Amino acid sequence: MGELIVTILTGLSSAASLFLVAAGLSIIFGVTRIVNFAHGSFYMLGAFIGYTMVQAIGGTIVSYWVAVLIAALVVGLIGVLMEILLLRRIYHAPELFQLIATFGVILVIQDVAKEIWGNEDIVSPRAPGLDGAVEIFGQRLPEYDLALIAIAPMVLIGLRLLFYKTRWGTLVRAATQDRQMVAALGVNQRWLFTGVVFLGSLLAGLGGAVQLPKGGADLLMDFGIIAEAFVVVVVGGMGSLGGAFLAAILIGLLNVFGIQIFPNSTLVMMFLVMAVVLVFRPWGLLGKPETPAATGTEIPNEPLRPAVPMVKVLAGLVLAFLIALPLLQELFPTVLDPFVIVQANEILFFVLFAAALHFIMGPGGMVSFGHAAFFGGGAYTSALLVFHFGLPFELAFPAAPIGAALLALIIGWFCVRLTGVYFAMLTLAFAQIAWSIVFQWTEVTEGDDGINSIWPSDWVTPLVLYYLTLGLTVAGVLLIRRIVFSPFGYALRAGRDSPLRSEAIGINIRRQQWFAFTISGAFAGVAGALFLYTKGSIAPTSMEIARSFDALLMTLLGGVEALAGPVVGAAAFKLLEDLFAASEYWRGLMGITIIALVLLLPKGVAGFAQTGVGRRLGLSRAEEVRA
Amino acid sequence: MSTVLSVQNLSKAFGGVQAVEDVTFAVDAGEMRALIGPNGAGKTTCFNMLNGQLKPDSGDVLLGNRSILGLPPREVWRRGVGRTFQITATYGSMTVRENIQTTLLSHHRQINRMWTAARTLFVDEAMALLEQVGMVNQYDRACGVLAYGDLKRVELAVALANDPQVLLMDEPTAGMAPRERVDLMALTAEIASARNIAVLFTEHDMDVVFAHAHRIMVLDRGRLIAEGAPNDVRNNEMVQEVYLGSGAVHGVGSA
Repeated sequence: MGELIVTILTGLSSAASLFLVAAGLSIIFGVTRIVNFAHGSFYMLGAFIGYTMVQAIGGTIVSYWVAVLIAALVVGLIGVLMEILLLRRIYHAPELFQLIATFGVILVIQDVAKEIWGNEDIVSPRAPGLDGAVEIFGQRLPEYDLALIAIAPMVLIGLRLLFYKTRWGTLVRAATQDRQMVAALGVNQRWLFTGVVFLGSLLAGLGGAVQLPKGGADLLMDFGIIAEAFVVVVVGGMGSLGGAFLAAILIGLLNVFGIQIFPNSTLVMMFLVMAVVLVFRPWGLLGKPETPAATGTEIPNEPLRPAVPMVKVLAGLVLAFLIALPLLQELFPTVLDPFVIVQANEILFFVLFAAALHFIMGPGGMVSFGHAAFFGGGAYTSALLVFHFGLPFELAFPAAPIGAALLALIIGWFCVRLTGVYFAMLTLAFAQIAWSIVFQWTEVTEGDDGINSIWPSDWVTPLVLYYLTLGLTVAGVLLIRRIVFSPFGYALRAGRDSPLRSEAIGINIRRQQWFAFTISGAFAGVAGALFLYTKGSIAPTSMEIARSFDALLMTLLGGVEALAGPVVGAAAFKLLEDLFAASEYWRGLMGITIIALVLLLPKGVAGFAQTGVGRRLGLSRAEEVRA
Repeated sequence: MSTVLSVQNLSKAFGGVQAVEDVTFAVDAGEMRALIGPNGAGKTTCFNMLNGQLKPDSGDVLLGNRSILGLPPREVWRRGVGRTFQITATYGSMTVRENIQTTLLSHHRQINRMWTAARTLFVDEAMALLEQVGMVNQYDRACGVLAYGDLKRVELAVALANDPQVLLMDEPTAGMAPRERVDLMALTAEIASARNIAVLFTEHDMDVVFAHAHRIMVLDRGRLIAEGAPNDVRNNEMVQEVYLGSGAVHGVGSA
C-alpha cells in the first residue's frame, strides 16, 4: 500500500517539469505556429543556469527559490533573443524551415553550454529546507518530491489566471484562434509574439531549474526531454494546457510504473499509451479537431518535370567520375588520398538516405523527423541476424530493407493519421522510442556498445563494397525518381497539393501516404545496411534524433522542391561536416550554418537551379509568367 | 427521362441549428438543376451530404436505385458522382493535362502503378476532355499560372473524367467575370445534354440560373420552399419573399 502511494507520488513529481516544458511548447506553438525544437535546450539551460545561480546565492530557503526564478527569467530572455534575431524572420516560412532553424539553435546552445559548464554531468544540488524525506505508510519519499507535486498545479492555475483574467492573456488566446483578426484589430503582433516566446521559454527554463535536485544537469537533457514533451503535447492535445497537464501526469505515472513492468524499455509504455490515444482521439485527450496546414513544406506552384538535358549531362559526368574514382586514385595517389574512396562511399549511402526521406517530404509533403529509425532499423536488422543467428552477408543484407519497411509499415500506420507538424512530432517520438529500445534492451542489442565486427563476406573487398554502394545508391535514386513520375507518385503529389480534390477523385490519400512512407523506410534501410557493412558496426547513435536531422538537413541543403536536392544536399552536407570535424565546435558551426542557410538560401542549393541565374545556366526550364 | 439521383428526407443539424431539414428531390439524367437560396440556406451543407463529405442525421441519398449514404467521397465518386468546388481545387505541381491524367488514372484504377511514367498514360483521353472544355492549347501550362476562368474549365474537365452520371457543381461561376460565367455554364449545359449527365448546381448569379437551369429548387433556412420550372419559380410568392423581403421584419414575417 505504502509502496504504491509512494510510487504514484514519485510519478506525479516527475510530471512537474515535463508539464512545464510541454506547456511552454504548447503556448509558443499556439500563437506563433512554430514548434520550438530548441525548447529542450532551454530546459537544459534552465538546469545549468539554475545550478550556477544556486551555487552563487542559493544558500537559504528564500534565496534558493530566488535563484531558480532568476534562472527561469534568464532563459526567458534567451528565448526573446532567439525570437528577435531568428523567429521574426521566418514566421511566414514553411514549417519545415522553422523547425530546422530552431534545430540550428539546439546545436549552438549545446556548444555554448559545453564551453561554459564543461562535459561533466552536474550533480544534483540540495534544496535548503527540502533535503530530507517524509515517511508515508512506512515508505520514505524525498521532501522535494512533494514540492514538485505542488509546483505543476500552481503553474497551471497561474497560467489560467494569466490567460483568462488579463488583457494580455485575452490577446494571446485571441491570437491563438485567429492571428490575422487580431492584427486587423490593431494589436501590435510583434510584441505579443515576443511576449509569448518569453513566457514559453521561461516555463522551459523553470522546468529545468526545478528538476535540479532530482536529476542534476547534463548535456543530453535537451534531446531527452524534447521527445517526451512532444509525446505529452500530442497525447494531451496541441494548444491545450489542461491536456498537457493531464498527459504529463499520465506519462509521469507511466514512467514509474513502466520500470516495474518493462524494466528494459520504459519508453515502450509511453509508445503504447500514445498509440492508443491516437487511435481513439487523433487530436489528443483534450485537443480540438483542427486542420493544421496539410503539409510541412511549401506546395510548389510549378509542375514537376523530368530533368532537363543539362542536368542529365551533369549527373552523367558525376557518375562517370565516381565509377572511375578508384582507378583515378590508383593512378594519381599523390593527388587523391585513399581516404577519398571512404569519403565517397560515405557520401553515397547518405545520398540514398536523403533521397528516401525526400521522397515522402517533397512529393509526399510529409516531414519525417524520425527517419533515422529506418536507417538504424535496417542496419540493426542485418546486424542482429548476423549476431544472433550467424546469417551470412548475402542473406543479412537483403533483410535490411525488409526489416526497415516493416518498421515503417507499423510506425507509418499511426503517423499518416496526422499531418504537418503533428506528423513530424509523432515520427520523432516513434524514432526516439525505437532508439530507446535498442539502447535499453541490452540482452538483444548490446545496448550502448552496439554490435561490432559485422563484416561482409570475403568476396566483398572494400573496392567491391564501394561499387556495391555506388550501384545501390544510383539504382535507389533512379528507382525513387521513377516512382515519383509514376501514377503512384502523381497520386502522392495529388494528396499533398489538394487533399480535398484527391478525395473527390477517388484517391485514398492516407493509404497512398502510408505506402510511400513504407517505401521510403525500405530505402533508408538499404542505406543503413550499407553504413553497417562499411563501418563494421552499428550503435544506437545511428538512430538518435541528430541522425534524423542529418537527413533533414541534407534534404534542406539541397532544396526540397528540386528532385536533385537530396543528391546535391547529401554531398554538400558531408563535405561541410568533414570541414567542421577538425574544430572542437563543429556542432555550433553546423548550427550557425543551418540558421544562415534558412535565412539566406531557403530554396536550398539545388533550388538555386530554379532561380533566374540557374535558368540562364540551363539548369532548369524557363519560368512561365503568370497570365 | 429517368431519375439518376434521388434525395429523400435529408436532414442535418449543427448544434442547435437545423442546416438542412427534410429535403426531398430527384434529378433526371440530362437535366440542369439549380439549387438556389440566400446565404446560409444550407446549399453547401446539402452538397456535402450528397457526395459523402458530411453524414446526414437522417434521410437517404440514392444513385439509381442504390443508396450511397455513408460512403466516403472517394467511393461516391467511384459510383459516378463528380464534383467541382466553390474555390477551385487543382494540383499546383502538375500541368493542366497531368491534372486530368491523374484523375483518369484513378478512374481506371491504375493509380498504384509504380513503373510507367504517368505522363505517357491516357494522353488521348485527357486531350479529348481538354478539347471539350476548350483548354487544349493550354495543356502544358502549370495550373498555378492559369486565369481563374480557365482553372474552372480544368476543374470541369476533371469532374467529367470519370464519366459521371451526376455532376455536383458548388457555385461554379463564383469569382468569374460575367462574360466567362455565361460561357462556362453554356459549355456545361451542352456537355450535360450531350452526355446525358444530371447536373445539380448552386449559384448566386440569377442570370446564369435562369438562362441554363431546366428546373430550379429554392432552399430557405434548410427547407425546400419551391421547386419548378424557371418561370414558376420566378413568380412564386414565397421565393420573392425570401429574396426580396416581404416588408416584414426578417424572422417574423416568414416564420
